[in-house]
Amino acid sequence: MTTPSQTVGPFFALGMPCPDGVPDGVWLRGRVLDGAGDPVPDALVESWQADPPAFSRGATDDAGHWAVRVPPPQRYVDLSVFARGLLRRVVTRLYLPGVPDDEVLAGLDPARRATLVATAMPDGYALDIHLQGPHETVFFAV
Amino acid sequence: MESDPPLAWPPYRSTALRAPTLPPVPLPPGRTELTGPVFGEGDVRPTDADLTRQHAGDPLGERIVVHGRVVDTDGRPVSHTLVEVWQTNAAGRYRHAVDRHPAPLDPNFTGAGRCLTDAGGRYRFVTIRPGAYPWKNSPNAWRPAHIHFSLFGRAFVQRLVTQMYFPGDPLLPHDAIANAVPQAARDRLVAALDLDASVPEWALAYRFDLVLRATPFAEPR
Repeated sequence: MTTPSQTVGPFFALGMPCPDGVPDGVWLRGRVLDGAGDPVPDALVESWQADPPAFSRGATDDAGHWAVRVPPPQRYVDLSVFARGLLRRVVTRLYLPGVPDDEVLAGLDPARRATLVATAMPDGYALDIHLQGPHETVFFAV
Repeated sequence: MESDPPLAWPPYRSTALRAPTLPPVPLPPGRTELTGPVFGEGDVRPTDADLTRQHAGDPLGERIVVHGRVVDTDGRPVSHTLVEVWQTNAAGRYRHAVDRHPAPLDPNFTGAGRCLTDAGGRYRFVTIRPGAYPWKNSPNAWRPAHIHFSLFGRAFVQRLVTQMYFPGDPLLPHDAIANAVPQAARDRLVAALDLDASVPEWALAYRFDLVLRATPFAEPR
């Protein structure tokens, strides 16, 4: 039996420092929003990609904004979201816009597919994460 | 996974607007999920594992050793993986701008540590027994003393963030966060007093072993 998960609570920044990221990388950023559409100011977003292997994480600010700077991803990165009020992490993906659908994207309800596809920005990509609500992000069971 | 708490757990009020409501979509693990970040000696300093030696003086409180072993559900040790911990000081106060609990800060205690497990999956911290503190979840709700743990394992699917509690804590049966865990798995979050690992006349030890999900490849990378 695995050790059960527990929430990171609001004070995770003490023990989970956020690295600076790759100096010449691209920014992945967005907001984390709750079911009332309000920003989640105490969330942590971790990104992981296999090609090239790169880990990063960013805490949200008072307006719910997170940002990580990573090597340009191939097609997507995996995101883990932790927060006060989340008893375990939730996992989603940020897909780059304009890449052909893989099996995961193609298998989704078209209306929900959009919750995973980022918007191109001058210095990277943006994607909001909706924990609940009419635009609830697709979260994955891994 | 059967040991994990549900996302929606009304007694823990903060879940109400944050727990996703739609069923998660199964994701067949691919290369991204079957690999994970690798940390090395360069990511930790020797003082990171001794939370009582990070400032000029000794922190207040009861010095303790917290140690244990990280294995996966197949019983394989998870070696050289990063373990991050954070906690309150002895008075129940976090060194964090958002913590408004009117208990004193300790200038000699930050409350954060990290280390890598050894080849056998073992880790060891020296720290101060954390304090309980009130939170606004319900009247007279106090979090039982706990130490937060963050572990990476060897693959994305093994990532775990949890909390370690102390044996015999009378607050534990009242805690909305610990009680979200299915009864059969709740004991997994409680450390054991370990006299064999205690240091006479200096510090009691608590043993907290952690079990991650199965390592999804045959040999360590």
